[in-house]
Amino acid sequence: MSARSGSLPRYVAQRLLLIIPTIWLIVTFVFIMLRVAPGDPVSAAVGGKLDEAALDARRAALGLDRPLIVQYFDYLGDVATFNFGQTISDNRSLISIVVDNGGATLTLTLGAFLFALLVGIPLGLLAGRYRDSAGDVGIRIFGVVTYAAPVFFIGLLMQLLVAGPLGMPTSDIASPITKFEVEPVTHILLLDAVIAGNWDAAWDVFLHHILPCITLGLLLCGVFIRLVRVNVLQTLKGDYVEAARARGIAEKHVIRRHAFRNALVPVVTVVGLMVALTLSGAVLTERTFNWPGLGTQLYNYLIARDYAAVQGLVTFFAVVVVLVSLLIDIINALIDPRVRY
Amino acid sequence: MFRSLLSPFRHTTGIARWLLLTGVVITAVFVICALFAPWIAPLDFNQRYVDGVKLPKQAPPSGEFWFGTNDQFYDVFSRVVWGARTALMVVGLSILFSVVIGVVLGLISGFIGGWLDRLLVFLMDTLYAFPSLLLAIVFAFLFKDLLGGSIVAVAMALTVIYIPQYFRVVRNTTVSAREATYVEAARAIGARNHTIIGRYLFGNVIQSVPVIGTLNAADAIGTLAGLGFLGLGIQPNEAAEWGYDVSRALDDMGAGIWWTAFFPGMAIVLLVAGLTLVGEGLNETVNPVLRKRRLLPVDMPAKEPSSYLAEGDAAALGAGAPDVWDREDELRPEREHRVREDESR
Repeated sequence: MSARSGSLPRYVAQRLLLIIPTIWLIVTFVFIMLRVAPGDPVSAAVGGKLDEAALDARRAALGLDRPLIVQYFDYLGDVATFNFGQTISDNRSLISIVVDNGGATLTLTLGAFLFALLVGIPLGLLAGRYRDSAGDVGIRIFGVVTYAAPVFFIGLLMQLLVAGPLGMPTSDIASPITKFEVEPVTHILLLDAVIAGNWDAAWDVFLHHILPCITLGLLLCGVFIRLVRVNVLQTLKGDYVEAARARGIAEKHVIRRHAFRNALVPVVTVVGLMVALTLSGAVLTERTFNWPGLGTQLYNYLIARDYAAVQGLVTFFAVVVVLVSLLIDIINALIDPRVRY
Repeated sequence: MFRSLLSPFRHTTGIARWLLLTGVVITAVFVICALFAPWIAPLDFNQRYVDGVKLPKQAPPSGEFWFGTNDQFYDVFSRVVWGARTALMVVGLSILFSVVIGVVLGLISGFIGGWLDRLLVFLMDTLYAFPSLLLAIVFAFLFKDLLGGSIVAVAMALTVIYIPQYFRVVRNTTVSAREATYVEAARAIGARNHTIIGRYLFGNVIQSVPVIGTLNAADAIGTLAGLGFLGLGIQPNEAAEWGYDVSRALDDMGAGIWWTAFFPGMAIVLLVAGLTLVGEGLNETVNPVLRKRRLLPVDMPAKEPSSYLAEGDAAALGAGAPDVWDREDELRPEREHRVREDESR
């Protein structure tokens, strides 16, 4: 492989070109599943409430009376301009839903990742370092159980065992007063409160984040524990670790600088792979904590049988996964030159 | 057959064996609950009356109702036991469907190659990148309208999530096995494509399926519960389902009624953890990649090739090979070649 083909810009360009067919496939797939297969979305969403003439008017207004193939190309054009369509049940544009509720999902998932990294990595390092000790077994079982427990069940246990005694909030992203006071600028409530300089509000929002973030974070940290533990086991066997020992470097330096540091490189890749898992978990966490994010919106539109809204939100989630994975791949290529070849 | 079933136990030692054993025991308890639900559960999963007397609402656990009763006047213990049957039926069906579809598509895609292969790989990669719960939601949402919320409908929704994993493994193994000498030899003696796929490739690519299957089963229990929690699972009047029971109990928590959510929730945790332990234990012993690492430190002082294999091992290798090698004399050298290849690994 020549040096040119391994260059970073070329790698990024290749990856960028590859996601276009991927996104096209996702959009098409969701369109076929939710628009073509079930028949008429308008009567599914608002049927029974309106008479036939009004339903026809709604269909015409939404362009659903046109041939499917026309609707499909129309929708493709919309998605290309980041317009994911309109809901049928309450006539909102998907863009406004994403803007209004996306911030809550963003801070929830980022907080969960932060918790998972802060807890999962040290535990994984310890388990790998002291392999087969009582601590290792305990940490591994902890990892299996937290991964096995459904997020909504962990959430309920948190509400029962932690929130009750400590008086922590268990519902919504902030108290009503905070929501009333803070002016939406970025639509990320925590950021808005800080921008407004309203520290009481920011603290209130932070408190509301703790339990949901830990709940979702516990699901993720099992994955980190397992990954980091196995990596430490492998790096400890590596030639360079042996070489470092042979040079007479103190064991704790060998462990820290040679074994641990190299064990952490694959974490970046796995973060990319875990975006999908995180979003799945976020949908359930939001429902458990009544969190005003995109997952709750998805749940509400599922209940309302609003096919267009479900189609738009699912497409949006999938596109986010693809884009974040791309971003992680590029970061990975920056860190690790081997990836580019 | 029996020996190969026990081999994971024989190959593991110490903690790994204990973890595997724990997983097997937990899983076995749930399988027993599922098989004998009518005899273990004191009541039916949707039974409100005993001898014409209505059950109490949200009664705490007691000698009469071990796990208490819930807001719908149901006995929680009975519903947990019946839930095991639902969970294992749904998961069993979905794994069966996805193995059949994934393995067949993987074999065809890997064997035929060309544009069909590229298209399928691209399609499967996209499906795999999709958040699995969302994929299940889309299909459950769809099937609920088309088929109603039956066990089969939910199993089909879960099937879609897991097809890409089998496809991937089988397809990649097939691609590398397609060029192997024994396949070439089979082609040389005039074997047709379906014979090569069915008799030569199938046996060699199928080996990693049980491990993926067990780990997928664990994941599927969680996804099924997630669907139930979101109200997209099985119709409540069709079967007892743990995730649905937990979601019904969401409001009980505030009132200090913990048993309606705790017991079905713990059932999910235990079964998923049990299956995960079994899957990981199997992986460490059955998966040749991990097994190879275990064997590497073993010193190999043997100078003569014949002493590499103990008699039992050679017999085991022979038993694993398609029986055609024992019948066709022309293929004998092929078998020896395979043995040598295994040694060099």
